[in-house]
Amino acid sequence: MLTTTLARALAGVTLCTAVMLSLPVQAGKTLDTIKSRDQLVCGVNVALAGFSSADSEGKWSGMDVDYCKALAAAVLGDASKVKYVPLNAQQRFTALQSGEIDILSRNTTWTLTRDASLGANFVGTIYYDGQGFMVKKELKVASAKELDGATVCVQSGTTTEKNLTDFARANKLDIKPLVFEKNEAATGAYHSGRCEAYTTDASGLAAERTIAKNPDEHLILPEIISKEPLGPLVRRGDDEFFAISKWVLNALIEAEEYGLTQANLDEKKTSDDPNIQRILGTAEDMGALLGLDKEWAYRALKATGNYGEVFERNVGNDSQLKLDRGLNKLWNQGGILYAPPIR
Amino acid sequence: MAWLRANLFNNMFNSAVTLLLGMLLVYAVSHLWGWGIHHAVWAADAEQCNAARGAGACWGVVAEKYRVIIFGRYPFEEQWRPFAATLLLMALLLASCMRMFWKPWLAALWLGVLAVFFTLMHGGVFGLSVVTTDQWGGLPLTILLASLSVVGAFPLSILLALGRMSALPVIRTLCTVYVELIRGVPLISVLFMASFLFPLFMPEGFSIDVLLRVLVAMTLFAAAYLAEVIRGGLQAIPRGQYEAAASLGLTYWQMQRKIILPQALATVVPGIMNNFISTFKDTSLVTIVSLYELTGSLDLAVNSDPNWMAYKLEGYLFIAAIYFVFCFSLSRYSQWVERQVNRGKAH
Amino acid sequence: MSFWRNQKIRGWLYQLAALLLVVLCVAILADNTLENMRTRGIQSGFGFLLQPAGFDISESLFGFESTQPYWKAFLTGLGNTLKVALIGIILTTILGVLLGVGRFSQNILIRGLCLMYVEIFRNIPLLLQLLMWYLLLVEFLPTAREADPFLGMFLTKTGLTLPWFGDMPVKAGFGIKGGINVSPEFLALLLGLVIYTASYIAEIVRSGIASVSRGQHEAALALGLSRGQAMRLIQLPQALRVIIPPLTNQYLNLTKNSSLAVAVGYPDLVSIANTSINQTGRAVECIAVIMAVYLTLSLLTSVLMNAYNRRAAIKER
Repeated sequence: MLTTTLARALAGVTLCTAVMLSLPVQAGKTLDTIKSRDQLVCGVNVALAGFSSADSEGKWSGMDVDYCKALAAAVLGDASKVKYVPLNAQQRFTALQSGEIDILSRNTTWTLTRDASLGANFVGTIYYDGQGFMVKKELKVASAKELDGATVCVQSGTTTEKNLTDFARANKLDIKPLVFEKNEAATGAYHSGRCEAYTTDASGLAAERTIAKNPDEHLILPEIISKEPLGPLVRRGDDEFFAISKWVLNALIEAEEYGLTQANLDEKKTSDDPNIQRILGTAEDMGALLGLDKEWAYRALKATGNYGEVFERNVGNDSQLKLDRGLNKLWNQGGILYAPPIR
Repeated sequence: MAWLRANLFNNMFNSAVTLLLGMLLVYAVSHLWGWGIHHAVWAADAEQCNAARGAGACWGVVAEKYRVIIFGRYPFEEQWRPFAATLLLMALLLASCMRMFWKPWLAALWLGVLAVFFTLMHGGVFGLSVVTTDQWGGLPLTILLASLSVVGAFPLSILLALGRMSALPVIRTLCTVYVELIRGVPLISVLFMASFLFPLFMPEGFSIDVLLRVLVAMTLFAAAYLAEVIRGGLQAIPRGQYEAAASLGLTYWQMQRKIILPQALATVVPGIMNNFISTFKDTSLVTIVSLYELTGSLDLAVNSDPNWMAYKLEGYLFIAAIYFVFCFSLSRYSQWVERQVNRGKAH
Repeated sequence: MSFWRNQKIRGWLYQLAALLLVVLCVAILADNTLENMRTRGIQSGFGFLLQPAGFDISESLFGFESTQPYWKAFLTGLGNTLKVALIGIILTTILGVLLGVGRFSQNILIRGLCLMYVEIFRNIPLLLQLLMWYLLLVEFLPTAREADPFLGMFLTKTGLTLPWFGDMPVKAGFGIKGGINVSPEFLALLLGLVIYTASYIAEIVRSGIASVSRGQHEAALALGLSRGQAMRLIQLPQALRVIIPPLTNQYLNLTKNSSLAVAVGYPDLVSIANTSINQTGRAVECIAVIMAVYLTLSLLTSVLMNAYNRRAAIKER
């Protein structure tokens, strides 16, 4: 019996010491943790073209990924010091809660429930989206209101699932949701013809359509049935890192407003526009207020370009998705993108 | 002729059954032949495949995608590493199946090979580039998960089986509760726990790689089932053995190590092999918690490419064949061992 | 004899130590979890079960509305699990027994086919088989709009639709209205579970029959019974005693394996719990519900089994 007990005692002690040893890491010190490990750990989508996807060499790209790069550049001075952790819809919140990742940048919709009960704070909106439907053209459906009696494929673990139910109730439609664990399974069932329609955020529909065999066979219906502000989240209880994450996003947006691009960044350093001086840290030191240095925003912009560049490169005209900027235009250009001033 | 009569046409009923089944068989085989071989497209040519749709299989999907199916997301240029590592692990598995290698140093060899396996896969030393565990996938991951969890479960399950038969009531209860608890719930809920919940159990900043978490979950799960197999072996040992050992003045552990366990384990080798086969098949479930082992990497390979998306069935058949080859040879081996054990008993 | 050499006292000390360790580790883990939840403002508790679920479920035994509370959603999921498990158990028993008995046929063709069946389906992971069945059903069947009825039945991508007491299914809108519909998700899950489990049951039945001594078979033939009668009246009933315990194990396995439904989109208990985790973030609670339900099911089965075993045990005279 001695050895059993010993073996167990040993295992227990190992576990308990491991637990104790890791205790000193305190809440509220995300920035210190990131700096000491010299790496930002960023939770991203497993595969969503335009937002986060890895190529065959494991290189990540997309809007959500670019945000992580900008953040890493601002905090660590190097946009490549990011570890990407691909997460599915179910894993994402616990991964953030548990500290497995520093920030969750995974096209996540900002809702009251999530903001209030998941132990997370939404940093802002990186993409204003809305839920839509995609159908095969051969069905001759022109509007989502004609989907009475249809089966609709949807991925579980999303706001989409509930929106679909609400939409069906509000319009007195009999819509059967077919829920799959994985997005590939949901789109697979749609392509095989098991479902008449596939529903997700409009950007996701566009992504799915571009990779379909014959994009022209599919139609994205005009109705947008929900508001889906997608953005990154950080853990609660660390206001310092929360502020940094917020302002990196704001800096990307504000840079577009003042015409700062990846290319003209260095020549704009000599600009006398006080707004630009504040962003680039050539006059006032805004970074110190965030616990960073002067050039935090400069580095972020150097790494990814301004919001407009990030958008066009990943989901806009320079990408396969060719999404219209729509709501995601700046406030002074007809959109709703409005960053609080960096001052 | 006499054989035919005895085995196929010994009475009216059997003759009718033979004819009917024979006809069905010929029909099925000829269709399968036509679809799978005669009209099948073997070249990685999506257009040819499209033309043959419905009439013949498109094995081209395997020719085109086999690297992703077998190695998952592992970087393309570095795929010799998982290849070498898997060969090594399989050689060791094969060696572990042979009686002449059942020596104490086998355990040390396992540790050594696993170290080499992880070094090759992960890299970071000897000029190998680092490949993080989220890029591991395909067959290497399947074999790694199956063999490591059974190897890890083995010592744990011996302790559990002994504990469950212990005379000490608290120990017995703890072991019984553990075994019955784990056996009562589906593997998928244990995997969910490892994947979503485990991080919450740990203090902040203490994160464990998801592959390791899943590996631990599979080990704990396999241990409960293996413990029951081993307990069966222990129960088959006649009481006289215990009494004889006790009268020799052996302590509990001496008795177990020298007398009881060697006999008990020898009788349950087939059961252990069956447990290994189940675990091997169970690894396919980790795709549900987003690890890309063989089943998951097939999805990855086929779903991401619209040109080949339509030939998923051929892909499924391909990996089904891989699973079959492994599980079938393991089960044959287990039957062979069973005969050896029985022959041993007859002496 | 000194205190430490006393076997009994030492035994109790060991037990105390083991118990303390287990309790300590559980306590530390629980404390961590609660602390983590508190510091990060994660809400917990089973109160959410009373709130409206807000999502629809594609199939349910008694009808489910999105306005109904979470606990009803869980109940619906459990109902779906039990539905597939019960039907599956009945069908797999029939198939498994036929295959097992087939291994004793005089006809080598039957023997060979039964053996082949067992070897093929036992050695391919169930999940893969499920995915294949589902793919076959939704990829290669016609859509509801192209389909033609066969004896009043439709077999399409929307599943199998059967006439029900004069309620004939007809094509309407996107799908088929009327009759009763069995979804392809259910069909795929049922097919997969039945075919996979039957390969195990066949082996159990075969070894059960093989355990009945050959003399019984010969004696039955000598009494003038046919081979079929001998099997049905003499060999199988005696084999039952050996067959039943591992058979129950297989029934439990089938029930547990039905949790793979998530892979094919059938709304079983695990799949509903999964959705609930995502909608509420209550991962601990939802996984606790899954585990509690399955544990109860397996406990119930073993209680029933033990009762049966006591009745069926050989009465020595």
